[in-house]
Amino acid sequence: MNTDSKKIKISPIKKGTVIDHIRKGQALKVVKILGIMEQDIDSVVSIAMNVDSSSGRKDIVKVEGRELIHEELDKISLISPEVTVNIIDDYKVRDKHRVKPPKMVKGIVRCKNTTCITNQKEPVEPEFEVTQGKPVTIKCLYCEREMRGEEISENLR
Amino acid sequence: MIEMFDKDHVVSIKEFKREEIDTVLDNAKEMLPVAEGERISHELDGKILATLFFEPSTRTMLSFEAAMIRLGGRIIGFSNPKQSSVKKGETLADTIRMASSYADIIVLRHPQEGAARLASKFSSKPVINAGDGAGQHPTQTLLDLFTIREEKGGISGKHIGIAGDLKYGRTVHSLTHALAMYGVELTFIAPEALQMPKENTRELKREGIEYKKAPGLESVIDELDVLYMTRIQRERFPNEEEYEKVASGLKLDTDMLENVRDEMIIMHPLPRVDEISSDVDHTKYAKYFQQAANGVPTRMALMSLLLDKSSVVKR
Ligand SMILES: Nc1ncnc2c1ncn2[C@@H]1O[C@H](COP(=O)(O)OP(=O)(O)OP(=O)(O)O)[C@@H](O)[C@H]1O
Ligand SMILES: [Mg+2]
Ligand SMILES: [Zn+2]
Repeated sequence: MNTDSKKIKISPIKKGTVIDHIRKGQALKVVKILGIMEQDIDSVVSIAMNVDSSSGRKDIVKVEGRELIHEELDKISLISPEVTVNIIDDYKVRDKHRVKPPKMVKGIVRCKNTTCITNQKEPVEPEFEVTQGKPVTIKCLYCEREMRGEEISENLR
Repeated sequence: MIEMFDKDHVVSIKEFKREEIDTVLDNAKEMLPVAEGERISHELDGKILATLFFEPSTRTMLSFEAAMIRLGGRIIGFSNPKQSSVKKGETLADTIRMASSYADIIVLRHPQEGAARLASKFSSKPVINAGDGAGQHPTQTLLDLFTIREEKGGISGKHIGIAGDLKYGRTVHSLTHALAMYGVELTFIAPEALQMPKENTRELKREGIEYKKAPGLESVIDELDVLYMTRIQRERFPNEEEYEKVASGLKLDTDMLENVRDEMIIMHPLPRVDEISSDVDHTKYAKYFQQAANGVPTRMALMSLLLDKSSVVKR
């Protein structure tokens, strides 16, 4: 019974994307990555936080009417690498895949180091190598500083 | 002997393979008589070195300049960007594009981390990083390794103590990384507040290198083959009292040398403030002035390898 009541909270969508297995507490960051508050004002988005699942608590974000673009998937993979992306079509899961951190990260994260040359007015984009998967750790190709966890999510561009 | 050196630029010691470091050190050894003025070299006749120093570092600049002149080349450049023609607001990228069209090789000193990497992307000529902010300073590491090898006959297996500001000191971070490639025993000598950052010790663990920590010099100095001293910056402490508390255990004087290993050497990247008292200078252990002198042959070797004209060492 308990499981049923939990399920009610998740409203079905006809077409769109379900971002599932988001690390507990990260849902709002995912929403921010999707730019719902800023550029993407048309999509209806529902958020479920602290939902019970077989592997403990998780967050879920559902976006109606659209799929995610490459850059969004890369960003999500950096802050919550366990995420499953479900493409919903006609109320059914048409496609399902895990996000995977890329090997290199270019342009989507700012370097945490304020005196890094990439934070000055130079004609380059910040670039990182993903040096570790768990926890996701990235290393600036310029100043060689490593970033992980909050440091990454706070510096998404 | 097969030369192992395949670099377009020298930005970070982390890009060096052990064999490449060995090649630089072998070449530096060959350069010694030229560096000391006992032999004349025309190896880099007609070549131009641009020294772009966006912040002053007299020692590093002079030693690069001496290195180039000893090999027959010439120098252009600046050591104070405010007085130079580098216009305010011009990007580093543009300055580098310009300099690389005037010179054959560029040495860059810059206050911002990653500046040398950026320069290497915009330069059509080899770039050598002579220090970028709190970032890398690979030629310092190379001359440190050269000094250890010259003075101790090798690097592997030695017990090396690194003392001072291990938390912020870029010199010690690069040196530690390089020493790990040689398999040494490391002791980090600093109070907890100034100890080696996790980022660096994680790397050592990954490489399977054993290290110890010591809060001050006293407890370990007698077991060392090499004592590498560095400066503690007063600015990092809220007041003189706090500074003295931390610094006192990291100061070296002759009394502490009573029971050290006979062949122990003391190194320091210089300039020192008061962490090594001047009476230590006269002991046989003091090698820091020799170390500074080794900057010239090491930088000669590097420029020669980068310009691929190592006629002095062709065998
Ligand atoms: N039409 C829909 N509208 C909204 N959410 C949906 C819809 N269909 C499925 N979901 C949600 O998408 C996610 C994946 O659905 P699926 O049926 O594949 O569940 P699952 O078998 O538990 O998958 P997984 O093994 O990835 O956890 C679940 O969170 C589910 O609640
Ligand atoms: Mg499920
Ligand atoms: Zn950086």
